[in-house]
Amino acid sequence: MADSIAPIVAAEEKLQQQADKMETDKMWIIMGPQHPFSHGLWTLKIKVDGEICVDAEPIVGYLHRGWEKETENRTYPKIIPMADRLCYAASMTYTHLYCMTVEKALGMDIPEKAKYIRIVADEVCRINSHLMWLAAVGTDLGNLTVFLWAMREREYFLDLNVKLCGARMTTNYPRIGGVRNDTTELFDRDILRTVDRFEKALWEIIALMDDSSIIVSRMKGISYITREQAANVGLTGPAMRGCGVDFDIRRDDPYDNYDKVDFEVPVLTEGDSYARYMIRTEEMFQSCEIIRQAVKKIQALGKNAPYRVKAPSRVPAGTHFMRMEDPRGESLMYLVSDGTDKPYRLKVRSPIFTNVSSAKLQCQGVRIADVPAVLAQIDMCLGETDR
Amino acid sequence: MDTSAVYQKPTEEEVKTLLTERFPEVEVTGTEARRVFAKLPREKVREVCQYIHDNLSFEHCSTVIGVDYVDHLTVVYHLSNYWNGLMIELSADIPNDDPHVDSVTCIWEGVNWHERETWELFGIVFDGHPKLERLLTPQTYEFFPFRKSYKLRGQE
Repeated sequence: MADSIAPIVAAEEKLQQQADKMETDKMWIIMGPQHPFSHGLWTLKIKVDGEICVDAEPIVGYLHRGWEKETENRTYPKIIPMADRLCYAASMTYTHLYCMTVEKALGMDIPEKAKYIRIVADEVCRINSHLMWLAAVGTDLGNLTVFLWAMREREYFLDLNVKLCGARMTTNYPRIGGVRNDTTELFDRDILRTVDRFEKALWEIIALMDDSSIIVSRMKGISYITREQAANVGLTGPAMRGCGVDFDIRRDDPYDNYDKVDFEVPVLTEGDSYARYMIRTEEMFQSCEIIRQAVKKIQALGKNAPYRVKAPSRVPAGTHFMRMEDPRGESLMYLVSDGTDKPYRLKVRSPIFTNVSSAKLQCQGVRIADVPAVLAQIDMCLGETDR
Repeated sequence: MDTSAVYQKPTEEEVKTLLTERFPEVEVTGTEARRVFAKLPREKVREVCQYIHDNLSFEHCSTVIGVDYVDHLTVVYHLSNYWNGLMIELSADIPNDDPHVDSVTCIWEGVNWHERETWELFGIVFDGHPKLERLLTPQTYEFFPFRKSYKLRGQE
């Protein structure tokens, strides 16, 4: 019996040795700029060894508008609607950041009510952005129901935007010195109802994702990044917290009134693609919690509390910067003013610009089919990447 | 203070003392809550950054920013500590006729694209950068569009 098996084993070993020796040519595959996986206009070059991705290089810049240079030609208030256009999904946070930076340069303090309204608007924007991402992940992983359900939930929050400021996406709402208008009638009732409803609906979407073994197996255990790597390559936001970096600017470097609301920062140490997905869903629940607390504070301040103070048009000379927790990570604005009514230089640090530059680290060792699933976790938006 | 020890959560005052004790060339221009502002000569950029990364636990470099002040250029670094939310702003002046500064990509890998961007828009050359090529603007550009000498429509 043993005699008959031995030759087969030997033959198999020989075949295995041959296969080990066999070298395949490595090949560059260019995905984009028009490609189903790229949400927007960008190219990803991946180098593959058979089925496995060994190198990746993103090519961006198709949408470079010279945003930072354009601002040098405009007065300070005129830049607010431009800041909306940095990213349509995170328009509220970018406008907020811009207004904060100019307020810092002016050395002015804004009314309490405006701070809480900004928090509410920011968190609505964060849920909007995360739902947009969830829809995109759903399509990238082949589950179109997730796309439809996430987009349906997003509509309720866009309706809240309409109720607050009249626009769905490019909101043009924060102002230097406060916000444009007070909360409208019954806004607090509507937002609390929406949030309560949304928490139930989100569990359904999560079940749709997590009960599907195809989706989970394409994220779990794929694209491991350690804590040190994540910090060193400049990953920020949910992607970084999924790798074990316990840092959230809202909690650790608070701006406006984020130090007066109580919330948890979800952190996972797994470091794989699935952990980065879990962080974002958990963040949406935390955003709901923040909204509830902030709405209570707005109600306590009363109807006639001031929501805006007048800001001077000229900014004293100097350099100032502010940073904030954007839905996608850390965004930072650096303002150089020369005492006139136009900025001398305004720099935007976009979180995705840095996150996508680490595509090589994220894609190494991943199968070609999983590359879209891995890069979906950075929530690509070209408006702010290319500026 | 012991300038060779490793500090995980240095305070603003500690950072100020350590930097000025270890590098007499570094001038700390101010501190606020969770912020330290410093100026340094460009030759010292890599050395100071290495020290801040290794001994003060600043694991993250947010941005590299170029500014054109017409008579000179300035490059600004924003470094961030993940343990206590402290930030250091380093700025180094660079003369117009010799726009060179050491790259810090070897310390923080995430700086790679920020340095490329600053090079293509301002013409500041980062010595030792692994791939200093145009990123956002077309490869055929032969000028640096964010310099003040490049006028926008409506300016003069």
